Amino acid sequence: MDEPIFQIRDLNFWYGKAQALYDVTVPIAPKRTTAFIGPSGCGKTTLLRCLNRMNDLIEHAHAEGEVTLHGQDIYAPTVDVVELRKRVGMVFQKSNPFPKSVFDNVAYGLRTQGVTKLGVLEDRVESSLRRAALWDEVKDRLDTNALGLSGGQQQRLCIARAIAVEPEVLLMDEPCSALDPIATAKIEELIQDLERFYTIIIVTHNMQQAARVSDFTAFFYLGKLIESGDTKRIFTNPAMKQTEDYITGRFG
Amino acid sequence: MTLRRKTLDWSGLAFTVGTGAATLLILLMLAIVLGNVIWNGAAQMSLRFIFGGTSEGMFDPQRAGIFPMIFGTVALVFLMTIGVVPVGVATAIYLNEYARKQSALTRVIRAAINNLAGVPSIVFGLFGLGFFVQFVGGGIDRLLFSGHLHYAKPALVWAAATMAALTLPVMIVATEEALRAVPHGLREASLALGATKLETVFKVVLPQALPGILTGAILAIGRGAGEVAPIMFTGVAYYLAHLPKGVTDQFMHLGYHVFVLSTQSPDIARTEPILFGTVLVLLVLTFLLNLSAVLVRAHLRAGRVAG
Repeated sequence: MDEPIFQIRDLNFWYGKAQALYDVTVPIAPKRTTAFIGPSGCGKTTLLRCLNRMNDLIEHAHAEGEVTLHGQDIYAPTVDVVELRKRVGMVFQKSNPFPKSVFDNVAYGLRTQGVTKLGVLEDRVESSLRRAALWDEVKDRLDTNALGLSGGQQQRLCIARAIAVEPEVLLMDEPCSALDPIATAKIEELIQDLERFYTIIIVTHNMQQAARVSDFTAFFYLGKLIESGDTKRIFTNPAMKQTEDYITGRFG
Repeated sequence: MTLRRKTLDWSGLAFTVGTGAATLLILLMLAIVLGNVIWNGAAQMSLRFIFGGTSEGMFDPQRAGIFPMIFGTVALVFLMTIGVVPVGVATAIYLNEYARKQSALTRVIRAAINNLAGVPSIVFGLFGLGFFVQFVGGGIDRLLFSGHLHYAKPALVWAAATMAALTLPVMIVATEEALRAVPHGLREASLALGATKLETVFKVVLPQALPGILTGAILAIGRGAGEVAPIMFTGVAYYLAHLPKGVTDQFMHLGYHVFVLSTQSPDIARTEPILFGTVLVLLVLTFLLNLSAVLVRAHLRAGRVAG
């Protein structure tokens, strides 16, 4: 494994008094796809949202431990969260396009960064939509409302919107859980394409999905990291009994 | 066991009849009020009545006009809206987007808003006189006009400010509801793209909440247009020879004119047509103010879905 892009060390996390993560230590490899798997409530989404500090929005939640991005502690008081989120993009479980045009959705992040030239915006919107494998379907309706797209298209639009600001890391929180199998297949294909450009971390309930798209897998149970490593090895030869029980469907 | 109904369901029937009758009663009262006003007021309607002034005799049904009152009412509602919308929206944004939901301060503010909504309107009138006219107006006069009387007197601007204070709770509560209805996922999407909280509020949350905010403004206007008590000490006049020339002048008002005609008239029976005419105009004006706001909101909603 190359020098990790994210290094999570002894991370503990609380929602008020309820602890959600216990001493989690896991490295994230650059330009690879890492899957977080585990039963509901195991803390995988919480951990994902720690990586772009989305949990800051939750009152009374707090983290202890260390999360470094290229060796820089992202929880240090000097860190600009806005800058962090530009470098660590996110795609949510429920697709959440803005009720604006397709174009304005993809251009949103760029505009907040001060890009105003229409030519630049047009280029970036097109290349992002192409990367998200959505361009051919929407190129004639860039100025129609994004809420008119199908569920799968909306989710790909959210991916295009996230990659338009050219982040280094793309966090995906169960991006296919609300999609039909065809749309899911498209997104999975897309994830494998995007791996060339971005570090991808995906939370998923779907074991086959984790096996198909990821290079590394981390298995969580009740807020603890049980096992992590090469996806092939985790799925064929897990070291821990709990992991084996989960991936063979004995619980979860 | 049989599925056939054995006896009549008396309690169910009684409930249906009872609730239906209650609804009918409300509709009936509304119909009586509107019918009475329209029936008696229509006779007084004429261009001269609507566009005429008061100088020819305020209590003469053949010569009285109510344009100064229409003008004053519209000006008051307009200024009130300018005052209440920014303050109400800003407060709602603070409460819903920035304040910690469970903190003691937030709870105190919410309790204060709810209590403000329950304060009788005449108390707002006294508050306006003490605070806006004497304290704020007096302060301006002392600071800028070395004590000469410019602002420390009942005026259109103070009446509008008092009315804005009265309608503030309605505006805040409606705006907060509109903000709360904006899906949390949209805020997260914006923040996750590296937008600041301010950008998120202005580019995502407020545009989404705009129709709801306008609903708040409509409610505030509806409340404000018909209120008389808050302006009694703060700016309305019994009789003025001229239209107000600026916001520091006093003004005449349809609602107050109704009060004047029904209590101060030299001959109530003779001036009754003016009274009904004025009430009809006040109703129509309130209706039109509401209608225009509803139309603007509908236009915004339509634009949002299509564009």
